[in-house]
This record gives sequence, structure tokens and C-alpha cells, in this order.
Amino acid sequence: MPVEVVYKTDVLRSLRKELLVLQGFKKPVCERHISVGLGFMEKSFPHDVFPTGAVHDFVSDNFSNAAATNGFISGVMGNLFKNAQKINAVWVNASNKIFPTALKLFGIDPHHIIFVNARNPKDVLWVIEEALKCSCLTAIVGELQDIDFTASRRLQLAVEKSGVTAFIHRQNPKSKNPVACVASWKINSVKSIPQNMPGLGFARWNVELTKVRNGTPGNWLVEWQAGHFKEIKNQLKAISSHRELKVS
Amino acid sequence: MEQRFASIFFPFLLADYTVRQYAHLKNKAFVLAEPERGRSVVKAVNSGAAAQGISAGMVVADCKAILPDLQVLHYKKGLAEKLLHNLGMWCIRFSPVVAVDLPDGLIIETTGCSHLWGGEENYLKTIIQRLKDFGYEVKGAIAPSIGGAFAVARFGEPSIIKKENIVAALSDLPPAALRLQPEELERLDQLGIHHIQSLLKIPRSALQRRFGATLLKRTDQALGNETEFINPLIPPEPYTARLPALEPICTAAGIEIALQELLKQLCNRLQKEGLGLRRCRFITYRIDAREQQLMIGTTQASCNQKHLFKLFEEKISTLEPGLGIELFVLEAPEVEKTSTIQETLWNHGENKTNTEIAELVDRIAGRVSIQNIHRFLPAEHYWPEFSFVDTSDLKQKPQTEWRTNFPRPLHLLPKPELIQVTAPVPDYPPMLFRYKSRLHKIINAEGPERIEQEWWLQQGLYRDYYCVEDEEGKRFWLFRSGDYGDKKTQWFVHGFFA
Repeated sequence: MPVEVVYKTDVLRSLRKELLVLQGFKKPVCERHISVGLGFMEKSFPHDVFPTGAVHDFVSDNFSNAAATNGFISGVMGNLFKNAQKINAVWVNASNKIFPTALKLFGIDPHHIIFVNARNPKDVLWVIEEALKCSCLTAIVGELQDIDFTASRRLQLAVEKSGVTAFIHRQNPKSKNPVACVASWKINSVKSIPQNMPGLGFARWNVELTKVRNGTPGNWLVEWQAGHFKEIKNQLKAISSHRELKVS
Repeated sequence: MEQRFASIFFPFLLADYTVRQYAHLKNKAFVLAEPERGRSVVKAVNSGAAAQGISAGMVVADCKAILPDLQVLHYKKGLAEKLLHNLGMWCIRFSPVVAVDLPDGLIIETTGCSHLWGGEENYLKTIIQRLKDFGYEVKGAIAPSIGGAFAVARFGEPSIIKKENIVAALSDLPPAALRLQPEELERLDQLGIHHIQSLLKIPRSALQRRFGATLLKRTDQALGNETEFINPLIPPEPYTARLPALEPICTAAGIEIALQELLKQLCNRLQKEGLGLRRCRFITYRIDAREQQLMIGTTQASCNQKHLFKLFEEKISTLEPGLGIELFVLEAPEVEKTSTIQETLWNHGENKTNTEIAELVDRIAGRVSIQNIHRFLPAEHYWPEFSFVDTSDLKQKPQTEWRTNFPRPLHLLPKPELIQVTAPVPDYPPMLFRYKSRLHKIINAEGPERIEQEWWLQQGLYRDYYCVEDEEGKRFWLFRSGDYGDKKTQWFVHGFFA
């Protein structure tokens, strides 16, 4: 009997893997295995790798969380680029709020990013889609208020062809409609803990992976420490137990 | 390619022309004169009269005293221009770029033409011989600059001047060879400068002070250090393509086909010449005589048909064909040399990436205009608003490093916003502040970091920056403008940390 059970789970596992490939998750080859410095949350992703060449959706509800979200995106992008010597990203928004000098603190060379300002939300979407078709880029960040499901499907299709990673950042969205994406995130800024010195500590965020296709959602407390993501363990327990309490 | 110019000089242009018309004047001394302020003044002389010391500008009565049997003929105004124009048109057989050099010469750009006559010497000899056959006395020289050819043809031993010999060839010539004004020549003469050689020995700053910029400019033009432009008789054909339609066209599909056809013509031609488009205009002429045009620009010289078509495609819907379009014209008002690397490594690595990104930027610029596309480079300023510069050049590399030694917020407000603050004096960060009608209680704070005004850029108060964090973990970049003590101490929020 146990032999049969083992056999069954093996078959199921291999079938699941096949399914992943059919859903557009190509098996990462050695060279495509790009670490974005989020080692501690890799178990949550399909194939245990941060999905590049896909659409990631971020939602923020106020100016501070918007900055935190952009900070998290910048950290991931900084790891994606890793000393690249060319222009490799396009950052689209209605009006530019990003302070280029600060991007360097997230490991990005600001002169390798092209910033596009488009007043009209339709133009923002058009620029994102056009940029996503350009396979010589590595990542696109699009900041807008709302995106409907159809538009997000178009982005997903563009991404599947070109392999560019898209970060769609919705700020104060009017509606919480579903979005075609591989992962949904919510990043909130959390009070920092000073390091033996008066003043501010490292930037600290509560990273919530609310939805991930073929993965397990999760919640982490993360600090950006001198160019690296670092998980803060003790607090996480406190928060998760708090959540459990709330749930129960 | 090195440019070469031939200067053709006709010492007795008008007199030779007169001899062509009246053969009996051939071996006689005569002048062409015109009444001026109540006396007759010589305007042109022939070789016979010149040999006796008669020159243009003399009064006829004086000339008659020198040479009693001198013949005086009527001078016709504007004849020299007409003659030179005709001779210039005739010279088009030697080079497509010929210009009239008033009052007595022609300039021919011989770049890439002389080998057809078996080298420059033979080329020049042929031109001179053919013109002599018409009965003109001709002198000519070929040099790498217009000024150089002019000088040698008129004042030197007519010959072929190589680029490296130009200084030597000019050094023994008089300053008049530099095409200077009579007053300047007179002053040079007073200073005892009788050769260009001695002129070149004088420091430029001294010459600039004494004679102004023209003398230096003329010298540079003669030596080939400064480019000089000529006005060719037949202007070189601009980059255009035309497509007349048999039947009036009024559908978008028809316009697209026409555009593609024109782009093919123009791009093929540009590609052959190693050029690319920077700006392109598509003009349509309707049968009711209305003209409509579309304009596109590129960030990098391009002759990629597909890409250019895409840029136009977005805008075709704005054309109103009305009753139909009968003529399409595609013009390239701005062309540039494409880099040679682009041609040889068209489909490889970095260049392909650069081209793709440049094309992407073009497409975006077509939709949201180029002013909304930014690329930032570091600038050597502490003042946050000046610490980066916007550039439209995709290839420009940063001159300095981005600074990372101070905390900087990821979001920067375009304009600092005023806040109400409760802060202990004199130098502490605030305890409370109100921003957008919400109260924030500060838990942690860092600072101050003082940033002074750069007085050579703008005047004003310095700023003391603080990084602060409120109870909810919101992190702000605040500053106090100027000193405490002053009653109007103002606080601002300038950015948000991640």
C-alpha cells in the first residue's frame, strides 16, 4: 500500500510541474535563476524562485506606504540589475516623485532608468505596454491609480512574450478589482528600531504577499539594511500570532 | 573625406569677353570705363593696358596721359555677374558644386571629382585649358580650403596644394591674399607686415585686439582651420521623396501604402549615403489644394523603415483626406551621420540594445512628447533640487558618482510644503507637526544636516534638514528654513523615506 501512495504523490507532483509550465511558468534554467535578495521568502514562490518576466501588483493606500512600496520595488530591481552597464528600466508615472539620488541607496544607478511622465492614465498604460514589449529592458515600474482587469491582461500577454518584469504600483485605488498578475503585494512602512544610537533605524516594512499564483501567500517583517533585505524574525511571530488571534 | 576646392581666377574677365565679341581689339590696349562723379573712371583693363601700368580705379584722363592711343569702351554694369554665372554653369561638368566668387572668380568643390580626369593636376589643367580656349586668361589652384585656393590662384604660383603644405604655400604671399578689407591691409602695411608668414608669428590675442575677429577668421579660413561655406549655383538636392497618386486617395490603408513606398525610397537613399533621419515630415496635398503634414523626430539617427513607419502610424488617423489626396511628399529636414558601429554590428549586443531603447523612446515621445521623458545624471551640488540634471541624451555618461553619504528620501516633493510645527529651541527637531491637516507625533529623529545656499546660483536662507519618524512608522524629511529666533521661522516637509 505505501508504495502505491508514494507512486501517486510522485505522479501528482510531476503533473503539477507540467501544469506550471503550461501556465507560463517556465522552469528556471541555471542562468535564469536570478536572486533578488529575498531568500527568506523564496519558498512561497512557484519553483522556489522570485518570478521574473511576470507582472507583480502592488497596492498602497497613503503617501508613506507608497514610498515604502517604491522602496521595496527599488530594492528588488537593484538586485535584478546587479551592476548592469546600460539603460534597463522604464519608470512610468503621472508626475515624477522619485528623487534620483536616493535610488543609488537601493543599488540602482539612476541614470540607467528612463522616467516617463504621462498625465493621462490611458497614456500611462500605453507607455507601460509599449515598454514591456521591448525585450532589451529588464524591468518596468508603472505607478497609477487604477487598472482594470482587461488592461492588466494585456500587460500579462506582453510580458509573456518579452520576459520583462513589470511592477504595477496602484496608489489609493478607487476599486479593489482583481488584476491579472503573478503576485499581489502590500508593503506598509513600520516603525524602525534605532541601532544602539539615537535617530532612525533601518527602513522597516511589513511585506505582505497577499496572492501568488501557484505559491503560498505570506507575511514578513523586512528591513533594508545597507543594500540588502533582511528578515526580522521575532517581531514576525508577534504579528502572526496577533493575526491568528484576530482570525480566531 | 578631406575636402578640396579649386579657385579659378579670371584676371581680365570683362576685357577678354570684349575681345571675344570684337576680335579687332585683340592686340590693342583698351579699358572699360564708366562716368562717376563727373569724370570717367576705369572699371576693367585688358592685359595690354595692364602692362603699361593702368589699373582699375584710375581716371581715364590720367590713363590717356600714360598711353595716348588707349581705347576707351563703355562698361556695362552687372556683366561680370552674368558672365561668371554662365561660366559657373558650364563648369558643372567638372563638379556638381560650383559657386560664383565675385568679382572675378569661381569656386569649385572638387572633392571626389578629380580622379575622373586622372588626378588633380590633369583636372586643373583641363579646366584651365578649356577656359583658355574660350579666350579667357585663367589662373587656378586647388587647395584644401576655399581661402587657400583663392590666395594661391591670385597671388602665388598656381598649383596643387596638399593639406600639409598649406602653411608653406601661403607664408610668402602678401596679406591681401587673405581677402581683407582695404583699411586692414593699409594698417598691416603701416606695421611692416608684408607677408602672411610674419602675420602668423604674431600672437592671436594681439591680432584680435588690434584688428578684431575678421582678420583671424580670414586667416583660419585660408589655413583650413575654420570651415567656410559657399553658395552653390545648383543647391544640392535635399532629402525628399515624392509620390503622385493616379487617383485621389482617401483611405487610411491607401495613405499607409504611400507612406511605406516613400519611406522605402528615402531610407534606401539615406542608407547608401551613411545617413539617418533625425526629423521627418510627411506632407499630403489634397485635391482641394489643402496641405496637411505630420512630423516625427527620433532621438538617434535612424533609417529603419519599420520603426519610422510605426512613428507615423500613430498619427495617420489625424489626417483628413477629404475628397482625396493627390500628392504625397516625404521630407527629411534634419539628417545625421549614423555611427559606423551601428552599421557593422547591427544585430549584436549593446548596439542593438541602444537602438531598441532609442526606438522605444521615439515611440513614447510621439505619444507623450519628449519633454515628459527624463533621464537623470548626478550634478555636483548639495542643494537637493540641483543635485541631479535632466538630460535627453541616451548615451551621455555621468561625469561624477551619485552621492550616497547622506540619507536621502525616495520621494521628493517637487516643491517643499509648509507645515505647522511645535519644536523646542534652539536646535532640536520638532516634537509635533501638522501636515495636510493631520497631526504627526515624532518618535525618532536625526539631524540636523545643514545645507547652505550656493550663492553663485541663488540667494536665500540655508536649510537644516531632519529625518524624522512618527508613531505609525511614517518617515519624513523636514527642514527648517533659516535660523531660530527670527519670528517667522518656517518649517517644510520635503520628502518621504521608504
